Amino acid sequence: MANDVLGRDQRIAAYRTMRTIREFEERVHERFAAGELPGAVHLYVGQEAVAAGVCAALADDDYIASTHRGHGHAIAKGCDLTGMMAEIYGKATGLCGGKGGSMHIADFDRGMLGANGVAAGGAPLACGAALSAKLRESGQVAVAFVGDGGANQGAFAESLTLASVWQLPVVFVVEDNGYAQSTGTRFHLGGRDIAARAEAVGMPAAVVDGYDFFAVHAAATEAVRRAREGGGPSLVECKAQRFFGHMEGWDHQAYRGAGEVDALWAEHDCLRLLADRLVADGSVAPAELAEVDSAVRADVDFAVEEARGAKEPTVDQLLADVYVSY
Amino acid sequence: MTRIISYLEAVGEALEQELWRDPSVVVFGEDNIGGTGCDGTLGNAWGPTKGLHEKFPGRIFDTPITESAFVGAAVGAAATGLRPVVDLLFVDFAGVCFDQILNQAAKLRYMVGGKAKVPLVLRAMWGAGMRRGAQHSQALYPIFAHIPGLKVVVPATPADAKGLMAAAIRDDDPVIFFEHKMLYFSRGEVAEQPYEIPLGQARIARPGSDCTIVAIGRMVAEAMTAAGELAAQGIDCEVIDPRTISPLDTETIYDSVRRTGHLVVADEANPRCGVAGDIASLVAENVFDALRGPVRMVTAPHAPTPFTPALEDAYAPTAEHIATAVRATVSWSKSKERATS
Repeated sequence: MANDVLGRDQRIAAYRTMRTIREFEERVHERFAAGELPGAVHLYVGQEAVAAGVCAALADDDYIASTHRGHGHAIAKGCDLTGMMAEIYGKATGLCGGKGGSMHIADFDRGMLGANGVAAGGAPLACGAALSAKLRESGQVAVAFVGDGGANQGAFAESLTLASVWQLPVVFVVEDNGYAQSTGTRFHLGGRDIAARAEAVGMPAAVVDGYDFFAVHAAATEAVRRAREGGGPSLVECKAQRFFGHMEGWDHQAYRGAGEVDALWAEHDCLRLLADRLVADGSVAPAELAEVDSAVRADVDFAVEEARGAKEPTVDQLLADVYVSY
Repeated sequence: MTRIISYLEAVGEALEQELWRDPSVVVFGEDNIGGTGCDGTLGNAWGPTKGLHEKFPGRIFDTPITESAFVGAAVGAAATGLRPVVDLLFVDFAGVCFDQILNQAAKLRYMVGGKAKVPLVLRAMWGAGMRRGAQHSQALYPIFAHIPGLKVVVPATPADAKGLMAAAIRDDDPVIFFEHKMLYFSRGEVAEQPYEIPLGQARIARPGSDCTIVAIGRMVAEAMTAAGELAAQGIDCEVIDPRTISPLDTETIYDSVRRTGHLVVADEANPRCGVAGDIASLVAENVFDALRGPVRMVTAPHAPTPFTPALEDAYAPTAEHIATAVRATVSWSKSKERATS
């Protein structure tokens, strides 16, 4: 595992973020199976170290543009759990008033510019936020999360070019989670690493173990520092498979090899890897992690109960906020 | 003080005045400086941004040919504090970045429950007549007007081009700004000082009592020519230029039809599912009782724009087509009146 200079509080915070994502996603999985959640939900379980590692390298007012698999990014960027859960339930108290749902969760106050229903749809938006930061001389950095599937989009390739030519303070975080819907990267990716595409436009790139919080955090910290200091864009490719299907209720992962998911849980559970490491190096006691676990469970319990009990938006909201004025 | 300038100069003047007024306004697109990396004196090939980079260094950029990225960047920049005016060059190129317009710019505010706004202007050159062929000549505003969240502006005169551009830049919603390439060198009186023409307010280009002609973009001038000819034949036409088709000033159109009883819509776009049909149906639905003759649509045919002058000159409607349509609807009601008297 990569070394990192994070202090004790930051290590516990990293664990808390990853545990929160895990707990949140497993609860969404359960509530979806119970038939409580409308629509399409894409779970982030397995990739928690990426969101947590990247967002721990960001300041509160930095920007992220997310993907359809955005819950983990939103949580790591500090979005309110209760508001997120209510949004997924389609309630008026949701972060977007119920109009966005899982695939469009956003909180501009937290720099979270939105999950996105279109693969790589957020990459140009992050370039724009980075342009805005650069011209306003605010020192902010923007991160574009893109999946291995989205990395094949023209919008992604164009964004790399634009960011490079304009030297934007943006970091492209590519999460190669093994599958674009049900098509494995061995079928849909040209070339081995997406990082090579950044090198093609003169952009520094790194490939890291996405199960390793410290590796992700170190690479993200370097990329964010470069962006903030005016050194232009970078790409960080994180290899971490998702443990669940593409979308809840849609697939049973028949496209995955026998035992593939079990092996991931056994060998590549980023949360357990982090916990083991923190305990092994003596920086955190097991009891402290257990304390985090129970606090997080209570937070997610609360979020679900609040979301269930929350009011639905009234029908007059149908026409609200199409425009600022019309 | 007013003076005579071109439509192109009017657009450029609005850009310059808004750049002065508001430091959050930025302008970019392919060749918006022109010649980045050399002496930068070329100016964009069509000119409205020519020279602006000298007055506003760091706020006008050339882009690589990456429409998805730079239109999307305009959305991201707009949602985080800037007011980008981004140049699509030809509206036809919306084809390569439509996701960023349709799914990102138009819907962002709604999807996040009103917690963001996207104050951007997408400049788009449009229209037939310059022998540019099928991929550089379309009148695609109906496609954009169909999408909730977008505003669509189609100025017909230099004065409107300036005032509507100022309004579009100051507006807090995404605006698609259609500039007809054949109007670029048309000239007219334009006030020197900055001014805004509100979006959603039609202009009565010519008052009249016998037939309403709603004309869009380049068709406004054709309609005025037609109205002049028809006046000599005793038919007094009212010409309405909607100026913006989303929002659409329906009340001005309805009021006019209530007075004239006849409607012709002149639109350079293709006929199916378009603005002409939309206006016709709105009138039929809301002021049916006032109609004394059939609504006539004068549009381009349901065909791509041909290259050769021999065919392109037969593509967009002309004053003659409009006049024929007016005579048809007015004479229809006259013949009915004769038959029933």
